[in-house]
Amino acid sequence: MINSRFFNRSELIGFVSLLLLLVVILPLALDVFRLNLVAKYLTYAFVAIGLVLCWGYGGILSLGQGVFFGLGGYCMAMFLKLEASSVENTKIQSTPGIPDFMDWNQLTQLPFFWKPFASFPFALAAIILVPAIFSFIIGAAMFKRRVGGVYFAIITQAIAAIMTILIVGQQGYTGGINGITDLRTLHGWDIRTDHAKYILYFVEVFFLFAAILVAQFIRLTKLGRILVAMREQEDRVRFSGYSVANFKIFAFCAAAVFAAVGGALFTLEVGFMSPSFVGIVPSIEMVIYTAVGGRLSIFGAVYGSLLVNFAKTSLSETFPQLWLFGLGALFIAVVLAFPNGLAGIWGDYVQPRIDKLLASRTKKSGNGGLVANGAPAE
Amino acid sequence: MFGDYSIGDLGAIFAMQGFAGLILFSVYVLMALGLAIIFGQMGVINMAHGEFMILGAYVTWMTSNAFQSFLPALFPGYFFVAMALAFVASGSLGMLVEWAMIRRLYKRPLDTLLATWGLSLILQQAYRSVFGAREVGVELPDWMMGSWQATDSIQIPINGMFVMCLTILITIVVAYVLFLSRWGKQVRAVVQNRVMAGAVGINTEKVDRYTFGLGCGIAGVAGSAFTMIGSTGPTAGQLYIVDTFLVVVFGGAASLLGTIASAFTISQAQSTMEFFMSGSMAKVLTLLAIVAILMMRPQGLFALKVRK
Repeated sequence: MINSRFFNRSELIGFVSLLLLLVVILPLALDVFRLNLVAKYLTYAFVAIGLVLCWGYGGILSLGQGVFFGLGGYCMAMFLKLEASSVENTKIQSTPGIPDFMDWNQLTQLPFFWKPFASFPFALAAIILVPAIFSFIIGAAMFKRRVGGVYFAIITQAIAAIMTILIVGQQGYTGGINGITDLRTLHGWDIRTDHAKYILYFVEVFFLFAAILVAQFIRLTKLGRILVAMREQEDRVRFSGYSVANFKIFAFCAAAVFAAVGGALFTLEVGFMSPSFVGIVPSIEMVIYTAVGGRLSIFGAVYGSLLVNFAKTSLSETFPQLWLFGLGALFIAVVLAFPNGLAGIWGDYVQPRIDKLLASRTKKSGNGGLVANGAPAE
Repeated sequence: MFGDYSIGDLGAIFAMQGFAGLILFSVYVLMALGLAIIFGQMGVINMAHGEFMILGAYVTWMTSNAFQSFLPALFPGYFFVAMALAFVASGSLGMLVEWAMIRRLYKRPLDTLLATWGLSLILQQAYRSVFGAREVGVELPDWMMGSWQATDSIQIPINGMFVMCLTILITIVVAYVLFLSRWGKQVRAVVQNRVMAGAVGINTEKVDRYTFGLGCGIAGVAGSAFTMIGSTGPTAGQLYIVDTFLVVVFGGAASLLGTIASAFTISQAQSTMEFFMSGSMAKVLTLLAIVAILMMRPQGLFALKVRK
């Protein structure tokens, strides 16, 4: 059943309540430090939304989303770092005007690929284009040859490993294991103040809702339907005359761009970028945010990122030993018992009761026609 | 760059570098054999494979300590006991995991990846809680120390040779079990067509469980052998898992010969390149080459021709 409306009723409720939570409740209830943490968690929600499209709908499990998160983050960090290392800020270095870590590694001039990042429009374009092109190359090389499923997962994981080793190994160009740190201003605007953190939070929430709307749009158009069809019966879609590879490449690129936007915002919120957000472990954790939230639910992805990260912070603060046990058990439990995650639990257990409650009330007022459309189409 | 060395020195360097590559090759083969059975034959992505290996390493470490304090007379031979124990420990843990987790997921291979990743986190933390976060090293008996003086300038460490012999032996055993024994035929029958295999009277559940157990047991033996050339820490397994998967995929998932050939190629490429550039760049180039080749030839080096 294709729904002609953009949101059906339950999705509209979900959208409004998420909007209320993020725009009104959290900023009022939390202090700046905690709100900044929430902002950090929400950057992962971008990755998770991308994975809903790519993995949940397209059936393509990418274990390399950290790479794209990192690419976006590094593009932003390179711009901010160049601004922070102006000649007067870095007079004490042997070569003023280049980032501090380059000076430490005996570089005497800015590498060529850093130069264009002095311009903000270029950096913004690079945040989108670099991951898009990179994911297009990977996707085209793999999907055109009909590599999929498990093999794709393993190769993307290897790419995440390569990326980390490369970043850590090429210290002079990338800042090595510490990453790019000590970022200060964006066009002269100090991003470290409390005021800036509030503004950045709202900017991020704005982008997040934009991402949700884009994802919802993709999901509802024919494109989204083809993705689902491809996941279920790839050969039939191919025999019907669709180019399966192109749709897969699209889904993978879209997920990569979502992840990159999240990464760029992460750099702004947290003030640094390092290879510890690129490698195998963070990439798999990003998949688990999606799995916990529900791999078919865009809102679930947001809640999943928030909850898992919140649990991670609070558990690892109080019981550092238990955290890994908890995370491991969560992985296993989600996969074995709740393959559709929180959204699945909500849809199976909570939603029907609410519907029943609403139905009995609307029946009393003699207005039963509204209810029939409530169930999700999946 | 070769100016400072004489011809004889260069020959010795290449021989020893080549031998270092052979030891790396043995480790890759040992790790990849277990995975080739689990991933190649059963299609299960076991991300906890490295942790099964580490379990074997810890069992070896405990056995060596036990022999040192209780049976010092038998210490020179403790290693063989340790290997058997490592096989049993990892194998039975593997069978337990198969029973509790994997058997529910045969139809969803991608989900086995996530579930076993969770398992690997739990095992890592368990090792850290039980054995501590510090790396432990095993004390080698005297006969394994030292090296064999092949010529004046070529020295070959004995423990390395032992690991290589062990690898050859285990490979032969695995090849025999999988390709010649009755049980191996059952395994392949179940892999190729589960329903038909069940219909002709093979107990598929039992075959699955023992196959998974065998794969994990071999990982345990690999870990046991690993203690002889390196130290063991709770997260050491994580370092090797991507390499191992690449070895198996690169070789062609269902082919034992392919696994061995790809382990040889990868280890020799890496150790030769390490001589010319930094270790991290050698690793990056090796991995990139594998990924590039896999993009061009996704079925790997040695693909079985199967009608689908």
